[in-house]
Formats: sequence, C-alpha cells, structure tokens
Amino acid sequence: MARPSPPAPRQATTHPLDHAPAPGLAARLDPRGKVVVALAYSLLLALCPGPLAPALGLGFSLGLAVWSGLGWRVFWRRALAVNAFVAFLWLFLPWRLGLGPAGGQITLSYNPQGLALAGLITLKANAIFLAVVALLGSSQINDIFHALAHLRLPAKLVTLFVLFYRYLHVMRREYLRLRQAMAVRCFTPGSNLHTYRSLAQLIGVLVLRSLDRSERVYQAMLCRGFAGTFWLLDHFHWRRRDTVFCSLGGAAILSLGLVQWGGTLWN
Amino acid sequence: MELIRLQGVDFAYDGRPPVLRGLDFSLSAGQRLGILGPNGAGKSTLFMLCLGLLRPQAGAVYGLGRACREERDFRALRREVGYLFQDPEDQLFSLTVAEDVAFGPLNLGLGRERALELVDGTLGKLGLAGFQRRVTYHLSGGEKRLVSLATVLAMQPRAVLLDEPSNGLDEERSATLERVLMDSELSWAMVSHDRAFLERTCQRVLVLKNGRLQG
Repeated sequence: MARPSPPAPRQATTHPLDHAPAPGLAARLDPRGKVVVALAYSLLLALCPGPLAPALGLGFSLGLAVWSGLGWRVFWRRALAVNAFVAFLWLFLPWRLGLGPAGGQITLSYNPQGLALAGLITLKANAIFLAVVALLGSSQINDIFHALAHLRLPAKLVTLFVLFYRYLHVMRREYLRLRQAMAVRCFTPGSNLHTYRSLAQLIGVLVLRSLDRSERVYQAMLCRGFAGTFWLLDHFHWRRRDTVFCSLGGAAILSLGLVQWGGTLWN
Repeated sequence: MELIRLQGVDFAYDGRPPVLRGLDFSLSAGQRLGILGPNGAGKSTLFMLCLGLLRPQAGAVYGLGRACREERDFRALRREVGYLFQDPEDQLFSLTVAEDVAFGPLNLGLGRERALELVDGTLGKLGLAGFQRRVTYHLSGGEKRLVSLATVLAMQPRAVLLDEPSNGLDEERSATLERVLMDSELSWAMVSHDRAFLERTCQRVLVLKNGRLQG
C-alpha cells in the first residue's frame, strides 16, 4: 500500500527535493491543484450538450496552452494524433443507413445532425486535450503521480502507474535492442509469413523477459525490506498562487457551466 | 560473528541439471571474500540462496546463526546483509534517485528526515551529490550501477553480497567504488570475472566450480 511518509516540517524547504526545476509559472504550480482543475474542466466540457460552452472552452484552452509556455511543438504532434481519430467521426457520422421503401434495399442518406455532432465532438476533444496537456504536461510525470497519491487515489492504482511508467522505458529499450539484433541479421519486414512469425516471436520474448524482470525486481525489493508499503518522498507546498490559480480555474468552469445551463436554471 | 552459512546445499533450476551440489559457504563479520567461476557456475544462484530468494532442494541455510526456512526467517537477515544485483535495472524501480535510495531506510522504519539524511550522505560518498531528483531511467549505465549500490548502502548493512559490482564502470567510477568499499567497515562476498579486482579488494578468493566452492 502507498502511504505518505510523515510530512516534513514546513521550514524544511531548503532540501533539494522540495524544489522542482521551474521554467514557467505553470510548471511551478502545485500539481494537485492542476489535476483537480483539469479533471473538473474536462468533465464539464464532456457533459455539455450544446456547442456554445465547448467553443468558449476551446478559447480558454488555447489561452492555457499559450500560458503554459510548453511551446507549440508539444501540442502539434499530439493534436495530430487526437484529430486523426476525430477525422473518422467526420467520415462516418453525417451518413444514415436506412431501408428503402420496398424493403430489402439499403439506402445511404445525408444526415445534417450527424455533421453537427461531429463538430461538437471535435470542439470538445480539442478543448479538453489542449487544457489537459497544458496543465498536466507542465509538471514532471513523477510529480503528477505524487499528486494523485496525495489526492487519495487508491494506492494500488498509483503504484501500478508508477511501475508501468518506469518499466515501459526498459521494455522499449529491450524491444529496440531485439529489433536491432534482428536488423543486423538482415531482417526486413514485409507482408509475409516469415515477418509475422518473427514479430510474434519478438513479442513473445518481450513478454517472457518482462515476466522474468518483474520477478527480479520483486526480489530486489524484498532484499531491501519491502513489506507492502510504497513510500512517498515528495511533499508539495500549497502557495498563494495555487489558490489564485484554482479560484480562476473554478470561475472559468463555473462560467462555462452558466453559459451552458444558466438559461434552464433561470427559467 | 557468523552472518550467513550454507551447509551441504543442493540446487537445480526446474528441469535442468544441478547447479550446486553439496555446497558449503559461510560469511562472517570482518570477512571479505571474492568468488570466481565460469559463466553459469551458479554464482548469482549462491547469493540468492543466501538471502532466501531461492530455496535449496537439500541442505540448510543459516542467517545470523539461526536456521532460515521460510520467508519470515530471512527478513531479519536482509536488514544486515544487502544484495547488489547484477543488473541495476532490476534494482532501481522508483522514478527518482532519492526515492529509490530512501526506499530501504523507510522500510526499516526510519523516519523521512533520517531517510533523507541517509540519501544525501550515501550519494555524496559515492560521488553522486546532486543526483537526488534525477530520473532513474535517464541515468547512464555506470550511474545506475552506483545508484543501485547507494540503495543498498543506505540501509547501513553489516555485509553486502556484490554481484559483479565493477561491471560496466569506467576507470574513474570503478576507482570510486573500490575506495568507498575499502574505506567502509563492510564485510562482503563479491562475484567478479576480474581476478585482479578481487585480489585487491578481498582477503580470500574462492572458485565456484562443479557445484562447489574451492579455496
């Protein structure tokens, strides 16, 4: 179980652990606040039935993206990936399948509602994606994990995230090494049985190696007295700028909510 | 004082010929032993048996003078005797260096403050001051090796089992490692293929061959 280690006294901020490298204001904010704001914001946008609030939200998100100081490169590649999925919706949603009057024959008709829906989803997806990358991408990944643990996310889940992330890199390196080993023996992938068989073997070996490694990692942990507790070393300090950020975030979320549902509440 | 003793130990991995046959081995406080042996002779297996990561098919394991049979029996022994794995990738599972090094001390029930002191002290001794917030998977091979040694030393063991500690270290790092070990009060058993390194750092060099240790 992950359990926070006893909190440090407040004056002990001179320890190097308590100072994150800080290029911009977004990176210096407490990751707990950012996680909560990102979650609430995404949830609200996802629930919006009409396009007005998501369109405003996209504006907010663009502002956040610029303010985060991450640079457009970070967003550009991810935006392509997200919108590749969204493109399929534009392809499929505007069409309606139906049965012809005589029955038996299938008709395909244009459906403007589908087009509106695809547009709405595009707005929401991009607004949420930009905000999440701007907020979470400006923290180091281990700070995010710690924030999740401090926000009382189930300990097993956090541990799973951490180990997954840690060993993803090891697996990737192992995969690349195996691919290199294949390449130096003149393996050129094509669409033939030999390729499929070799790639299947590659995946099999990766899985087996990971199993072996997990065993050794566990043994190494036992040797260091592991008895089920994962310790958290990093503690965050809530500062005034975090309160300001969360208030602004809350106000933005509230105003989007009012734009969307204010009319119905009023009546 | 005797820390570890294996008596008449037989061991074979599933469906494979026996690796160790009637092996006797002991490590006492104050001893520094080197172990040489061909690949696959069972050097790492020997260490795993010592700390209860594997169980022998025959023979007995004693830790701190008491017979160890179950997981529970080995826990006290692991506080006193550390183990440096052959592949540092197995040993460093945390995201940051400080967390990894602090893991052992926190498991021992030392508080956060004390654990952080040990982190700083141990890293400093190994020439890794300022590595606290470094991300473990971005370290170079040699740095990983020294950080995993730090994770073991931070628990302040009386002895360490070192599985090819100088492997993959450049000359400078290898010298640091040798200096840190020689300046310490630690006892150890060390596996290496580098006979000169063993002869410099150990009182006796044993050879593991045909399932037994020969002096």
